[in-house]
Amino acid sequence: MKLTILTGVTGLLLFVVIIELLRRRQLGEKYAILWLAVGLVVLPLAAFPRLFDGPARALGVASGISLVLFLGFVFLLLVCVHLSWEVNRLEEETRTLAEDMALLRTETEERAASDQQ
Amino acid sequence: MINNKRVLIVTPAWNEAGAIYQVIRELRGELPGADVLVVDDGSSDDTARLAHAAGAAVAHLPYNLGVGGAMRLGYRYGRDHDFDVVIQLDADGQHDPRYIPKLVDAIDDADLVIGSRFAESDQRGSAAESDQRGSVGGESEYRVRGPRLWAMRLLAAVISLIAHTRLTDTTSGFRAANRRTIELFAGWYPVEYLGDTVETLVYAARRGFRIRQVPVAMRARIAGAPSHSPIKSMVYLGRAFAILLLALIRR
Repeated sequence: MKLTILTGVTGLLLFVVIIELLRRRQLGEKYAILWLAVGLVVLPLAAFPRLFDGPARALGVASGISLVLFLGFVFLLLVCVHLSWEVNRLEEETRTLAEDMALLRTETEERAASDQQ
Repeated sequence: MINNKRVLIVTPAWNEAGAIYQVIRELRGELPGADVLVVDDGSSDDTARLAHAAGAAVAHLPYNLGVGGAMRLGYRYGRDHDFDVVIQLDADGQHDPRYIPKLVDAIDDADLVIGSRFAESDQRGSAAESDQRGSVGGESEYRVRGPRLWAMRLLAAVISLIAHTRLTDTTSGFRAANRRTIELFAGWYPVEYLGDTVETLVYAARRGFRIRQVPVAMRARIAGAPSHSPIKSMVYLGRAFAILLLALIRR
């Protein structure tokens, strides 16, 4: 029973935080849907902690809880990799912008200098 | 114009106020026919103003990108302004501008020319060599030891194989690019440390670009101090190895 409360409260909290961030326009749909999906998986687990015991045994994992932990870890790892990729892309984009800005500024200054002559 | 080619000299500079004025003045004096672009890589000191005062065009990056970022900007400028050759020259005064015509000559039968600190000179006593103010040695007497030397040797051996030519100084920041290479580097140039030297060589060589080296002498830098700690050298070796492996497996 204690476990049900723990997972249930965690799942609900996650939901509330995500919805609130969405409502304040602090989070784009792209990521919100991802985290809402996580909440949707966690909530049923609160009511039925033994839900994954069947598939776990079929995969050779002792208990459903272990399987959930393992999948959670893999999921977070993938999210981290995705975020690294995203940061890299953003860096490349800001770099190109910085270069564009420098080129434009140089061009304007050169033009201003030649106008003065 | 140098030997009938429109030449742009790109000097990436980050907080080089101590040397930049002197370097650009010397450059303008030695090579009045070349255009000079100083890329101010987000300096917090007087670099940009001094470079401009010395007679260079200055491009300001809003924040520090590193040599790779500054150089891609330089190649883009070179491409947009229709230059035949882009020369990369360090802002600290280590590169002797009197070698630039040699690099420009070598570009006739190469796409990318490297000014090598370790190459054997076949013309000892040439004009550039006979009068070296503040030189650290002869054309091939630049000295390196320990892990840094191993890293440099490893890089030189592997990249020589890929480029089908003998290259002894793959981390040299003194180089010349022709139109074909300017076009390539304007679209792609890595920002990572060592990526701007090592990875660009592998990238160009694997695409069939002809790479050549020309012996040059290095002078003592005008301002700033080189780093010689053994830990830094080990880190350098590791990074060189990583960059090389990545460059080899990347498309």
